[in-house]
Amino acid sequence: MKEKAMQWVFLAAASISIFAVALICFFLFANGIPAIQEIGVLNFITGTKWKPSNNIFGIFPMIVGSIYVTAGAIIIGVPMGILCSAFLAHFCPKKLYKIIKPAIELLAGIPSIVYGFFGLVVVVPLMQNLFGGSGKGVLTASILLGIMILPTVIGVSEAAIRAVPNTYYEGALALGITHERSVFFTVLPAAKQGIFAGVILGIGRAIGETMAVIMVAGNQAMIPTGLFSGVRTLTANIVMEMGYATDLHREALLGTAVVLFVFILIINVSFSLLKRRDS
Amino acid sequence: MEAINKITWKEKVKGYKKDPFSAFLLFLLVLAAVVTVGVLIALVVYIIIKGVPNLTPELFAWEYNTDNVSMMPAIINTLTITLLSLIFAVPIGIFSAIYLAEYAKRGNRFIPVVRLTTETLAGIPSIVFGLFGYLLFNIHFGWSYSILGGALTLSIMILPLIMRTTEEALLSVSDAYREGSFGLGAGKLRTVFRIVLPSAVPGILSGIILAIGRIVGETAALLYPAGTAPVVPESVMESGRTLAVHMYALLNEGLYTEQAYATAVILLVFVIGINALSAFIAKRVGVKE
Repeated sequence: MKEKAMQWVFLAAASISIFAVALICFFLFANGIPAIQEIGVLNFITGTKWKPSNNIFGIFPMIVGSIYVTAGAIIIGVPMGILCSAFLAHFCPKKLYKIIKPAIELLAGIPSIVYGFFGLVVVVPLMQNLFGGSGKGVLTASILLGIMILPTVIGVSEAAIRAVPNTYYEGALALGITHERSVFFTVLPAAKQGIFAGVILGIGRAIGETMAVIMVAGNQAMIPTGLFSGVRTLTANIVMEMGYATDLHREALLGTAVVLFVFILIINVSFSLLKRRDS
Repeated sequence: MEAINKITWKEKVKGYKKDPFSAFLLFLLVLAAVVTVGVLIALVVYIIIKGVPNLTPELFAWEYNTDNVSMMPAIINTLTITLLSLIFAVPIGIFSAIYLAEYAKRGNRFIPVVRLTTETLAGIPSIVFGLFGYLLFNIHFGWSYSILGGALTLSIMILPLIMRTTEEALLSVSDAYREGSFGLGAGKLRTVFRIVLPSAVPGILSGIILAIGRIVGETAALLYPAGTAPVVPESVMESGRTLAVHMYALLNEGLYTEQAYATAVILLVFVIGINALSAFIAKRVGVKE
């Protein structure tokens, strides 16, 4: 009797995560989609002007902005993350590993607001000195996000690299190749699917990041024209204006969240599919 | 015994001279590791050097006002919200993990759905959680900005983390324990609670500590459900800001850079302590990551 009852309790608990996702989807879509319909799907998504005071709501600049900074973060963070994970898996002496691994975990634990602050007081002035201008923009945001996705990319890639059977590596060595070439040209290609899953997870992190980006991106609601021009992401758009927005403006911000959410769902599903195929 | 295949430094250097490309690859690998760790050290050292001189006693006054910009209420709120979130998320997370690890049979159709949704939940950005919490608690339920709304939002956010770490901890408990318990005539429930769960405690605990780290560092998910009142609220149904939200508010106002440095130091100290504690507990039992 008690056994059966508790089994149902456990089952109910396990259902809560399903219920939560359903609830999140429902509330976001129910509140965001009416605004998108009122503005018009095409006007909303492909409109290049965001002027809430004139009731013009086009989030195309923010979509482009999110894609730009995410791409930048990938360009900066992924090569470094993969190299670092290869180093950890095959080159790092055990003693050093005991220091580097917790350091990378700490990198994952630092709050995004602290990253944003660090970007604001260190990276932005640095960019000002190097390239002039305001120092805030696509490049600065990409650098900061690239750093922030490092632990994600490193974690997943390292696991993937370690999962490659040792015979690959040894076989390459036996053929007379050096240690470095063996890791680069046999182990890494064999782990590419897992590494790719890590990259996708990193994309998800970068596109959803809010507080760090908002500090260093400049946040102009225009399509950026270059590496140094200001950029506003989807997430920044929400945080910048949610505090005072009313009526259609507020609903348009919720619509922005819907678009962001759809992006995230696509990324999540591709990550899950990739992981499933891997295992 | 001396290893006959041991390579001396000299031979290594000779090898790299013969194959400069390998040397170049090694250089890239070491560079990436150095940069990664270097960035972390730069961030921590810079914030501590700039922040510690700004840690004045006024910053820890019990009452906040615009003169002292005290972070004490924010620290208290952070503790309250952490506690509240854990009260909701930990039992649900552990029970779900028990179901997944101990009760679900192979080929159960329910399991892939739970896995997919927890993965989805883990990937949702905190700003979306924040908006969801706002829509559910503030708009739908009609609550005002409240600590409880913030804590409930966060408890959904940390649920996947607790579920995953608990499940891993449960699965790493040897089946011999379960069989021994069954062999002595204990039922399933008793086995789970008396034998399996206690053996998995360190793994579960390190997961909970990681979850605390996420709560302490969270800003975007709290902004809308919990608001930014810089006071210790009288009840959980009123607004209060955590330390991370406090820092965001300081930066947003733009007048309090020194205080923001000091807040960043306290946040970093929290996070470093939490990470160290989690690693320490996980290491003591050798739970795999």
